[in-house]
Amino acid sequence: MARYVAKRLVALVAIVFLVSLGAFFLVHLLPGDPTVTILGPAANAQNRAIVDHQLGLDKPLVEQYFIWLGNVVRGNLGQSFTTHQTVSSELGNAFPVDLELIVISQLVAFAVAIPLAVRAARRANTAFDRYATGGTFAMLALPAFIVAPLLVLVFSVHLHWFPGPGSYVPLTQDPWTNLHAMVLPALVIALGSIVIYYRLLRNDLITTLQEDFITLARAKGLSDRRIMWRHALRPSSISLLAAAGINIGTLIAGAFIVEYLLALPGLGYQLVVAVQQDDYIVVQGMVLVIAVAIVVLNFIIDFLFAVVDPRITRE
Amino acid sequence: MSDPAAAALGTHATGAPPAVLAVTDDVATGDGARRRPKLGWFFWVCLSFVALVVFGAIFAGVLPLQDPGLQTATQNGGPSAAHWFGTDDLGRDIFSRVVYGARVSLVVGFGAIGIGLLVGGTLGMLAGYRRGRTDSIVNAGSYVLLAFPALIAVIAIVSFWGHQEWKIVLILGIFSAPLLFRVIRAATLSCASRDFVTAAQALGATDRRILAKEVFPNIAPAVISFSLIGVATIIVLEGSLAFLGASIDTNSGQIPSWGNMLNEGRTFLQSDPWLTVFPAIAMFCFLLALNFLGDRLRQHYDVGGVKL
Repeated sequence: MARYVAKRLVALVAIVFLVSLGAFFLVHLLPGDPTVTILGPAANAQNRAIVDHQLGLDKPLVEQYFIWLGNVVRGNLGQSFTTHQTVSSELGNAFPVDLELIVISQLVAFAVAIPLAVRAARRANTAFDRYATGGTFAMLALPAFIVAPLLVLVFSVHLHWFPGPGSYVPLTQDPWTNLHAMVLPALVIALGSIVIYYRLLRNDLITTLQEDFITLARAKGLSDRRIMWRHALRPSSISLLAAAGINIGTLIAGAFIVEYLLALPGLGYQLVVAVQQDDYIVVQGMVLVIAVAIVVLNFIIDFLFAVVDPRITRE
Repeated sequence: MSDPAAAALGTHATGAPPAVLAVTDDVATGDGARRRPKLGWFFWVCLSFVALVVFGAIFAGVLPLQDPGLQTATQNGGPSAAHWFGTDDLGRDIFSRVVYGARVSLVVGFGAIGIGLLVGGTLGMLAGYRRGRTDSIVNAGSYVLLAFPALIAVIAIVSFWGHQEWKIVLILGIFSAPLLFRVIRAATLSCASRDFVTAAQALGATDRRILAKEVFPNIAPAVISFSLIGVATIIVLEGSLAFLGASIDTNSGQIPSWGNMLNEGRTFLQSDPWLTVFPAIAMFCFLLALNFLGDRLRQHYDVGGVKL
């Protein structure tokens, strides 16, 4: 086990390094010129040269990379060209939004998807299974950019149940308003996740239920309920875990379309704004932090795999 | 496990062919002689719809459609005999734009997955078959790309490089490659350890021959079914990009994708819903059909074992 974890840790460090390279050099492909962002298009060449020098942009790209990396290692991600906030504080403002969004939406998704999948798998190909599976197919075909405006139109414009886009306030400032504003975005994300979890778990459970140990459990006279929840769900939960890991990983920055449409100042939203403003210090800092978060998340999930199924470490 | 009464009710309620009952028995008893589940009528409905959309997309130019860019005096006109789906804010025929939009969305979806398959598929088969060092290196590479917030990279590259259709296809294709790589590698891994591959090796078949004649036919169903779902995903992705203004630039006279149309019609969602409703329905039906086809094929060929 220790060997397995050590091996994965080495891989983790290597991947993080490669990602930092990617983040830096990709962002330097961005079309805009940060000096233009700072000084405006009318600035003369002399002033631009001064700003270039101040920002270290006149140095070779490779040197810039190592300066940036050195700062990052010391915890300094730099400062935004447009808002003049440090990248760390922008991250600090944006991350809680995503964390809250992910926690709420995933709790809802698991709470809906698991019982639904267990019930559907127990009675595969019955009416219940068919309607549930059909329903998830329909949801699969509804992208967030269709669902989000639709929900806003129905629940906030017509019914006035929930506030419209742009009504986010931090949780610490006003919990009630915050949660109220979170309902619609969390719902959109939860709908997408339910589909993934339900379909995966249902199919996996059906396969598991054909295994010999289930037949044995049944022969021992265990109840259906006990077989489902104790015997079948554990092996099936591995793939669920994997799917959840990948899904949550993509949600860290991938919820941007929901955040963008509902004006929720999370990481995805901030990143899109930063890209549009050529604010490359913010982009490369955020991309790095997000990628590290995804890598660490995958690492944790791999570790959980090994706990759930110890055979994995022996490979 | 199976409840025959409920199963019967289910089949009657949905009008599915009675073959479903046989499947239920298979699943419940898990006995040796497993029959392939029938594809079912809905499969053929989906296939026909996809075929129709593909036909429309290919032959949009020769079909008796109005010019998708032609601006008429009837702005934001509702559906009528002259304009089946109504007209948009510039008086352009929405039906024609939905058909031409299918062309853009389909080219992006199938094109990107095609590129992804070419890159990711080849590498995946090699890595899964050779294993060893090749596998470790390419595998690590795929993890790096997957850890990267791909959408941000796509937005950045598009804004730097340009908004032409082929560029979007290429970029989305490259970013779909690691995922396709993982799927195909997993499928190859499980296939390469089977007896007929060992037998072929023992007979002295070359690696190339084994990959082409033994491995490929066996993983093809998994690849096809996953690719169909991949196409649906890419179409959604392109739509998301369109909402951020990071997809095809329609201001330069290019034909919009479905995503572009949805984004453009968003401001008129309340007053003139047909601007968004029809592209949304077209997109929904097409995505539904693709997902269903992919899923049903996967079941049919029993490739459930291949996971991400």
